[in-house]
Amino acid sequence: MDKTIIKIEEIKREFLIGNETVRALKGISFSVTQGEFVTIMGTSGSGKSTLLNILGCLDQPTSGIYELDQVAVKNLSKNALAKLRNEKIGFIFQSYNLLPRTTAIENVELPLYYNKTVSSKERKERAENALNLVGLADRMDHTPSQLSGGQQQRVAIARAIVNDPVVILADEATGNLDTRTSYEIMALFQDLNNRGKTIAFVTHEPDIALFSNRTIVLRDGHIIKDNPVDNINIAAEALQKLPLEEEL
Amino acid sequence: MKTINLIKIAWKALQRNKTRAFLTMLGIIIGVASVIAMMAIGEGSKQSIRNQISSMGSNMLSIMPGSDFRGGVRRDNSESQSLTLTDLKALQTKSTTISYISPQVNGGGQAIFGSNNWPTSIYGVGENYTAIRKLEIASGVMFTENDIKMAAKVAVIGQTIVENLFGDGTDPVGQTIRFDRIPFKIIGVLKEKGTNTFGQDQDDIILAPYTTVQKRILASEHLRSIVASAKSEEIADEAVEELSDILRVSHNLKADDEDDFHVRSQQELISTFSSTTAILTVLLVAIASISLVVGGIGIMNIMYVSVTERTREIGLRMAIGGRGVDILMQFLVEAILISVTGGLIGVLLGIGSTLGVSTYLRWPTSVTSESIIISFLVCAITGIFFGWYPARKAAGLDPIVALRYE
Ligand SMILES: Nc1ncnc2c1ncn2[C@@H]1O[C@H](COP(=O)(O)OP(=O)(O)O)[C@@H](O)[C@H]1O
Ligand SMILES: [Mg+2]
Repeated sequence: MDKTIIKIEEIKREFLIGNETVRALKGISFSVTQGEFVTIMGTSGSGKSTLLNILGCLDQPTSGIYELDQVAVKNLSKNALAKLRNEKIGFIFQSYNLLPRTTAIENVELPLYYNKTVSSKERKERAENALNLVGLADRMDHTPSQLSGGQQQRVAIARAIVNDPVVILADEATGNLDTRTSYEIMALFQDLNNRGKTIAFVTHEPDIALFSNRTIVLRDGHIIKDNPVDNINIAAEALQKLPLEEEL
Repeated sequence: MKTINLIKIAWKALQRNKTRAFLTMLGIIIGVASVIAMMAIGEGSKQSIRNQISSMGSNMLSIMPGSDFRGGVRRDNSESQSLTLTDLKALQTKSTTISYISPQVNGGGQAIFGSNNWPTSIYGVGENYTAIRKLEIASGVMFTENDIKMAAKVAVIGQTIVENLFGDGTDPVGQTIRFDRIPFKIIGVLKEKGTNTFGQDQDDIILAPYTTVQKRILASEHLRSIVASAKSEEIADEAVEELSDILRVSHNLKADDEDDFHVRSQQELISTFSSTTAILTVLLVAIASISLVVGGIGIMNIMYVSVTERTREIGLRMAIGGRGVDILMQFLVEAILISVTGGLIGVLLGIGSTLGVSTYLRWPTSVTSESIIISFLVCAITGIFFGWYPARKAAGLDPIVALRYE
């Protein structure tokens, strides 16, 4: 049987703003097993990012249970959470969040700096491998300003997989990219998923969701749908079908 | 994170903003350079005073009549006549800590040789005076105990006297000069000694047996002072105590009577003058330290700016596993690196300007290793102190908020 990577039960998250309580998540439960590629959908303000931050151990739920890779996250110290993020999670953001004026390889190496068990030689090797995997072998010494948006996001993906995480969490990773580049990135995600990576991918674009094998839809802090994708789109094929004009 | 990586990352961060880093360092650079230069100048003048006083005989002790005088104002006149030959005898026989002792009486007047005359002072001293004052005979001899007993009219003269009375090149030894109409046969000439710290020409001196000066010139039994030399520099303080005790007995002073004399060692003289320069040094260093503090505030300011600018970076580092302490250390190391690099440049600049001062202004200077170590430590502490709050602000950021920061 496949391992459960993410297990959440009745997760609630409330924000106190002045006297008002904003209830961003109102009791959410689901599990993700190893090798799944889940998209989390929903309109803006439906709680997607709040959920992803909790999954990424950046935020703690107000109530509910969260187990990541069979470890209960509740009550862990800040440092233990940092270690968890460092070893088990790969984060990808809408705005890439690469360090400016820092080469691609150095950006990718970054998470390994916070892992004392990784030697500097191993750190270099693993960063090179990750960049190879995302197809940027020839751009290792380029800084973000010398790279296109798609390439920057690839660097960010390389950074997210360099620590060999149990799950990759992406928040609107294609939000800043045009359709073609988005599909290229999705092809990369599908490739990673085929290699066994578990992925939770937040998006509000329905066509992007079709590249995953399961869709969870949020509305107002509730799950309103949680279905497998019947007809999974292959991003590499979708790319070929794109009208050529888009290239111009 | 490993320390070496922390330093590498901090160094890279500084290199990305070279101009800003340098401007931030400037305060520290100026502060350290001025601390080093000020301390070097202070130390230099202290050493030169010490050297000059030591050249007068570092184990010399002087006994003055009258109680301790402060600010150069001697009090009661009667007290200034408290030293006598009886005291000298007592000291000679009872002291175990001194090797030489000599009374001193002096008087001013005109020295005349042929058609030359020169206003100067005559010092009536004992035969050990040259040994105590580290005076050396260039030619001829010093007068002897016998000359003193006989109150012989002989004299040993300094180079200034030679120049002024024997300018034509006559060998002074064997000649007879007149001082206050008394003829003195010159039996020796002293080696040149130069000007002392207080601007006094140490070669403008005529030495004669104190008996002669007392009888022929002063017509007084009282001694102007007694000089002695301690057996070693180390026991100089002990000697001061011993001589005071002997004199108190000799003067029949009761337990609660104040001393009517004052025994001083050269050490005491050195520390008197050193303390003056020390006050000056403290003042200079205080001013320099203020610029260090200002430099530190500059670092703090720029670190705050840096933390704000790099809020997203901080959020990202936290998201990928950076702990609060890692972020804290990153910014702290950066602040320390700024201050220590500034300190290093400051040390070099300080040494450089010290060299400049001693070469062009001919001031005595001495860069001490302590001043370098102290400034360096102060720099590191400045970095830690002023880097702490910005670094803690960085470490305390909420990663989610930081990642969203625009
Ligand atoms: N830090 C916060 N403080 C207050 N309210 C928040 C905070 N984060 C999110 N929210 C609220 O929670 C809800 C869900 O937000 P979010 O998870 O960002 O939505 P999504 O990512 O789906 O657009 C929104 O109403 C938002 O205003
Ligand atoms: Mg969002």
